[in-house]
Amino acid sequence: MEWLNVIVQGVLLGGLYALFAAGLSLMFGVMRFINIAHGDFIVVAAYLMLVMVLTLGLHPVVGIGMVVILMGIAGYLGQRVLLNRVLDADILPPVLVTFGLSIIIQNSLLETFSADSQRVPSGGFATASLSISQDLAVGVLPLAMFLAAIGVIGVLQYIFFRTPLGRLLRATSDDPDIVPLMGANNGHIFALATALASGVVAVAGTMLAMKTNFDPTIGPSRLLFAFEAVIIGGMGNIWGTLAGGIILGVAQAIGAQIDAGYQILAGHLAFLAVLILRPNGLFAKAKG
Amino acid sequence: MTQAELTAPQAAHSPARLALIGGGLIALVALASAPFWAGRADLRLLMEALSFLALAQMWNLLAGYTGLISVGQQAFVGLGGYLFFALAMFSGIPVLWSIPLAGLATGLIAIPTGWIAFRLQGAYFAIGTWVIAEVFRLIAAQFPALGGGSGISLPVDLARSIAETRAGREMVMYYIAFFIALGAVLGVWLLLRSRWGLALTAIRDSEPAAASLGVDIRRVKFLVYIGTAMGTALTGAFIFLQKLRVTPDAAFSVTEWSAFVIFIVVIGGLGTIEGPIIGVILFFLLRDIAADWGTWYLIGLGAIAIAVMLIDRRGIFGALKARGMPSLFVTQRSLK
Repeated sequence: MEWLNVIVQGVLLGGLYALFAAGLSLMFGVMRFINIAHGDFIVVAAYLMLVMVLTLGLHPVVGIGMVVILMGIAGYLGQRVLLNRVLDADILPPVLVTFGLSIIIQNSLLETFSADSQRVPSGGFATASLSISQDLAVGVLPLAMFLAAIGVIGVLQYIFFRTPLGRLLRATSDDPDIVPLMGANNGHIFALATALASGVVAVAGTMLAMKTNFDPTIGPSRLLFAFEAVIIGGMGNIWGTLAGGIILGVAQAIGAQIDAGYQILAGHLAFLAVLILRPNGLFAKAKG
Repeated sequence: MTQAELTAPQAAHSPARLALIGGGLIALVALASAPFWAGRADLRLLMEALSFLALAQMWNLLAGYTGLISVGQQAFVGLGGYLFFALAMFSGIPVLWSIPLAGLATGLIAIPTGWIAFRLQGAYFAIGTWVIAEVFRLIAAQFPALGGGSGISLPVDLARSIAETRAGREMVMYYIAFFIALGAVLGVWLLLRSRWGLALTAIRDSEPAAASLGVDIRRVKFLVYIGTAMGTALTGAFIFLQKLRVTPDAAFSVTEWSAFVIFIVVIGGLGTIEGPIIGVILFFLLRDIAADWGTWYLIGLGAIAIAVMLIDRRGIFGALKARGMPSLFVTQRSLK
């Protein structure tokens, strides 16, 4: 029963990791570009949530909405003004620019909010739990986050396969040179993709802010979790990413159960095991 | 069919190039004699700069010529540091011999590491190397004999075994740093002038073209990955000998051993030997000027790296070269 509990907690944690991963996977899918500052963007969203709830006194739900809008606008502008200029076949410029952004963001947050660990209060929500049986209880907040993660991924899936914007994004992903010939503007499409990804990042960051303590330096490890979930699940498969997040979450929960020091290591080792056994991920859609 | 033949790498002796060679020789003599003219603080700074120069040359060789963008080279700096401490403290091997041995041992570890990392391409490879570095950091924290998560200091008698006096130790350590940096610069230069250099330059310019000319791209890349891992670890071993203390967070720091090194190479000029040299000089000048700025210094550094990518991604030396600046380290061949 103890182990069942561990696995349930791991699955719920995996929902958050899938949210981290969805934004990363979306940007890579459309632009073939990995954002090294992805984890730091998540942390920025967490701090924005802190400002919304603690400084401005907004209700958490309103706060989430505001952060999503702000991050979406910032994502669109950032892509148009900065990132579009360094996108081409050479992978070094985007890696370097986002590496630079990562360092700028971490140190700016440090300068503004200090190195103190923060947490956004979510009322009694954070501690409430549902008893499923005598010794299995599920926290309301983790459960709500898990459901939100599934909801966000469902919405992304819908946008991608059922809307005109999704058609443009898929077409650009398939062949970025042909789409402009049909009258579309790649710069605009890329910026829309980043805006969408930033909205997902915003949801992820606000959840993180309510679930755990955070400080300006935790971004890089969130990037690595997001990356691992994408690779475990298989590139280009958004439900695979959810599965990848869950596998990572469960691996970490099992590691933590053995010894607190093994939590992160166990997640990394699960990732390396998948990489060795199934380099294309467990649920890869297409080869190559 | 007549075969196009290439000359050996050579350059015309223009006045500008002669001046450059003169300047380079003066700098070399100044560095070689530094313990006799520099104060203790300056000597420490030079040692650190020489270490960064060696790390930068290794990253430059890896990224500039094989296109393998790693943000996980801190894995090898940290392994070099930790293996050096382990060898020096527990094996009874003399301290100075432990440095090259730590480099060799890391080379062995880099073989399976590379085998895993090479399953990922491009940007995925970059992040994958970072995950691997994190794995080594977390494992290093699990050894109680090496101080676990809080790290360990080099026992005083081991430091004493290098030389009895403090001045003597500093001189020995300085020359280790000097020869590691010199070895890195000359090693990369000689490699690029050799047949291997032709293959590397071909890979840099076009992988399909290099493959069609018979270059075994995967093998060349893998060997360069292992070689640069050894050079990086050797430098890491020295860095932690100089610091006399190793901790998992310092040894496997992504900011220090990847971000700074990458910024140095890219700002100076990727894919040139002169670039990392210029980058290191700028990096340490800037650090000196901005010593009191705290985090603003790091923000500025990130901004400069972004600016280089937006203005001229060839970096300072790349931009100068395109405007007719001669190379100090000639690697280019021409058709006979």
